[in-house]
Amino acid sequence: MGILDSKIPTGPLAEKWTKHKNDIHLVGPANKRNIDIIVVGTGLAGGSAAATLAELGYNVKTFCYQDSPRRAHSIAAQGGINAAKNYQGDGDSTYRLFYDTIKGGDYRSREANVYRLAEESVNIIDQCVAQGVPFAREYGGLLDNRSVGGVLVSRTFYAKGQTGQQLLLGAYAAMNRQINRGKIMSFTRHEMMDLVLIKGKARGIIARNLVTGELERHSAHAIVLATGGYGNVFYLSTNAMGSNVMAAWRAHRRGAFFANPCFTQIHPTCIPVSGDQQSKLTLMSESLRNDGRIWVPKRLEDAKAIRDGKLKPVQLKEEDRDYFLERRYPAFGNLVPRDVASRAAKERCDAGFGVNKTGEAVYLDFAAAIQRYGKEQALTQGIVNANEKEIAKLGKAVIEEKYGNLFQMYEKIVDENPYETPMMIYPAVHYTMGGLWVDYNLQTTIEGCYCLGEANFSDHGANRLGASALMQGLADGYFVLPYTIGDYLSNDIRTGKIPTDSSEFEAAETAVKTRLEKLMGGSRLHSVDHYHKKLGKIMWNKCGMARNAKELKEAIKEISELRADFWTNVKIPGNAEGMNQELEKAGRVADFLELGELFAKDALERNESCGGHFRDEYQTPEGEALRDDKNFKYVAAWEFKGEPKDAVLHKEDLVYENIELKTRSYK
Amino acid sequence: MKLNLKIWRQKDAKSKGHMVDYPINGIEGDMSFLEMLDVLNEGLINKGEEPVEFDHDCREGICGTCSLQINGEPHGPDRLVTTCQLHMRKFKDGDTIVIEPFRATAFPVIKDLIIDRSAFDRIQQAGGYISVNTSGNTVDGNATPINKHAADEAMDAATCIGCGACVAACKNASAMLFTSAKVSQFALLPQGRIEAVDRVQNMVRQMDLEGFGNCTNTGACEVECPKGISLENIARMNREYLSATTKG
Repeated sequence: MGILDSKIPTGPLAEKWTKHKNDIHLVGPANKRNIDIIVVGTGLAGGSAAATLAELGYNVKTFCYQDSPRRAHSIAAQGGINAAKNYQGDGDSTYRLFYDTIKGGDYRSREANVYRLAEESVNIIDQCVAQGVPFAREYGGLLDNRSVGGVLVSRTFYAKGQTGQQLLLGAYAAMNRQINRGKIMSFTRHEMMDLVLIKGKARGIIARNLVTGELERHSAHAIVLATGGYGNVFYLSTNAMGSNVMAAWRAHRRGAFFANPCFTQIHPTCIPVSGDQQSKLTLMSESLRNDGRIWVPKRLEDAKAIRDGKLKPVQLKEEDRDYFLERRYPAFGNLVPRDVASRAAKERCDAGFGVNKTGEAVYLDFAAAIQRYGKEQALTQGIVNANEKEIAKLGKAVIEEKYGNLFQMYEKIVDENPYETPMMIYPAVHYTMGGLWVDYNLQTTIEGCYCLGEANFSDHGANRLGASALMQGLADGYFVLPYTIGDYLSNDIRTGKIPTDSSEFEAAETAVKTRLEKLMGGSRLHSVDHYHKKLGKIMWNKCGMARNAKELKEAIKEISELRADFWTNVKIPGNAEGMNQELEKAGRVADFLELGELFAKDALERNESCGGHFRDEYQTPEGEALRDDKNFKYVAAWEFKGEPKDAVLHKEDLVYENIELKTRSYK
Repeated sequence: MKLNLKIWRQKDAKSKGHMVDYPINGIEGDMSFLEMLDVLNEGLINKGEEPVEFDHDCREGICGTCSLQINGEPHGPDRLVTTCQLHMRKFKDGDTIVIEPFRATAFPVIKDLIIDRSAFDRIQQAGGYISVNTSGNTVDGNATPINKHAADEAMDAATCIGCGACVAACKNASAMLFTSAKVSQFALLPQGRIEAVDRVQNMVRQMDLEGFGNCTNTGACEVECPKGISLENIARMNREYLSATTKG
């Protein structure tokens, strides 16, 4: 097990990071100018890392498949970003954010990493305010907070329902400043096709220019992968259409271990699937659960009448509604963590209480909040004896200010007005906690290859809490990597520029070329989407919200067969020279077809339920996840050995010195 | 429903483009506009033809990747939405829909409906930021209270997604609305005031260098903007620019 050294510093938890920063090597300003770093992916993690590394003086090259770094999918994050500022004086602290995150992750994340994340969270807010990120403020001019699932404090900072957008544009602006100084070279519409290793160290990438189709060689002293999650393995997810696992998977094939692939987050509040041609799912921010109440009818006949269009939800009396989260989890109510909320919704729908045509939706209702805010507004505005209509109007105005863009988005998609009738929601794939295994320094098992943000596995265990993805992405990029990578690069001050005409680059480029030719050379039977949709169905039905050994074994077999079929029969029009979006998709789906199988294998191997990984065989009598700490308190890190079925498992035992392992309860 | 699509096809930046007719069947109102194009492309691929290439990514109206001039309007007939949020229920059976790329000298076509908007990036690189380095020692986020109305107004300006609809809507292909949104966001915040003079001059200079036209004052940009960015931002940028150039 010697391979998996997490390199966690010694000493008390609260002092580890400070001590580590004091102990590691630095690179002097003059030497930084001679060191090149490649950052793949320009979302919150990649963008913030690239900007900070360039500020420090390194020569940075960034790569993104989008036409601008500003379009990375971090931009779609809605609800907010957590920070242990305790501005609300409600008992928050670094320790409490740390504790909530470990518990929320169902005790499957690393203590030291999560504590560092909680420590850095406060710096992120300061940094972003200094950059001009327009966070929401109170009338006194100070920053406003709200709450998200799984916590009992208000520590979430936000910018309307577009927090991810504003934070990403902050990082993008920081990048732009460095591009303007010539310290970052930004390569847009480029995709990383392979990682180049020289003497065991990551020293470059092969990138494809998506406009010209040309393959390019780029060298550097270290490679940073910040390429997001792999939720699109399910075909339908809240990820962007282009979100993919290629960079991480290529690195995996070159020796980077892939950790906990089966830990996937199914987000409870998404707009339900409407038809066969649907290409993606849309999230309705978790922040809505601050004010929305989730329910289904109490009686099966009411649910049926609603499905048949004979009954409207607003006609159903209060006592005929089952607010199932409030009923099952009185302490946290509608603000239970995502995995818990999703499973509860699935349970009700499976039992026949679903409320849309397909029976796969529950209500998210704002009527009570509209009333509450309306009355409060009437009081503060001095309106005496306000009538129902006035109260509703005032209440709706408050809701609009808080969630206006989300309500508008919902109305455009569903064609119903959520101010007047409850929203319909259903769980959808949203985030992947698993990813490349990294040590405390965020280095993968390949020397010089780092991995940040959603692409790594490190901080969220088996379930991520709301408003924590933005926190992790920015902590990794702004405040962690810029320190830890210096320690590694301090050995490279005499290396000099890495040439790109070496045999290693030559071989890697040839391999990429061969692969592209193979993709183009299929028998031309089925389109790429045909395979992607099939894979998605297998994943959703057999590796989704509930899994069992029998179906996981079937999934492994089916995915492996589908992969073989894909490589023989895929149809890609056009050619590999010039722009070809079908070819781009094909390369990504090819990798999903490998990852999907490893995902199922990982889920099958983990004979317990924890967080987002729910095995039917392992549950309490009340239907809650049943963890097995004795046998599964570890990170499963998979080593590539040719085929997913041959992947070798390495275990990193999780040590809890500061937190007592408990059964997670939100009751 | 049954539709007749007229779509701009162009092999690459150097080739000449032309409109091609594509009749299409079986489109449902719940489909998004881009899902309708997916259906078209699936059909083309199955027939062995090359699919229509178009830019898209998040498909929820926030990344700003999708574009398309639909029946002469950027992002189509609906208001306050991007093309990916436009639903086919806005059209009726038998409609003819003309689909073109956004047209502007500064946005050259790359292929079919895909355009190069890197000019926008270069405008931002010229000054769309506050020059603050990353450190764990910046001042506390609450050290400077900011008037809520100013913060909200800055936020409204900051919601620009950089899609380019404003340019496509403008007779002069002006990028004033886009540029002014960023200038405004920072002009309204105390953090942004420090570099306000240089910022507005540098960003406007780059905007002109990229070949965008002047403001027509017709307000088409505001009407077509999927995020409702207000014309007031252009007025604010003009004010900032005037005071920057007179103060020097």
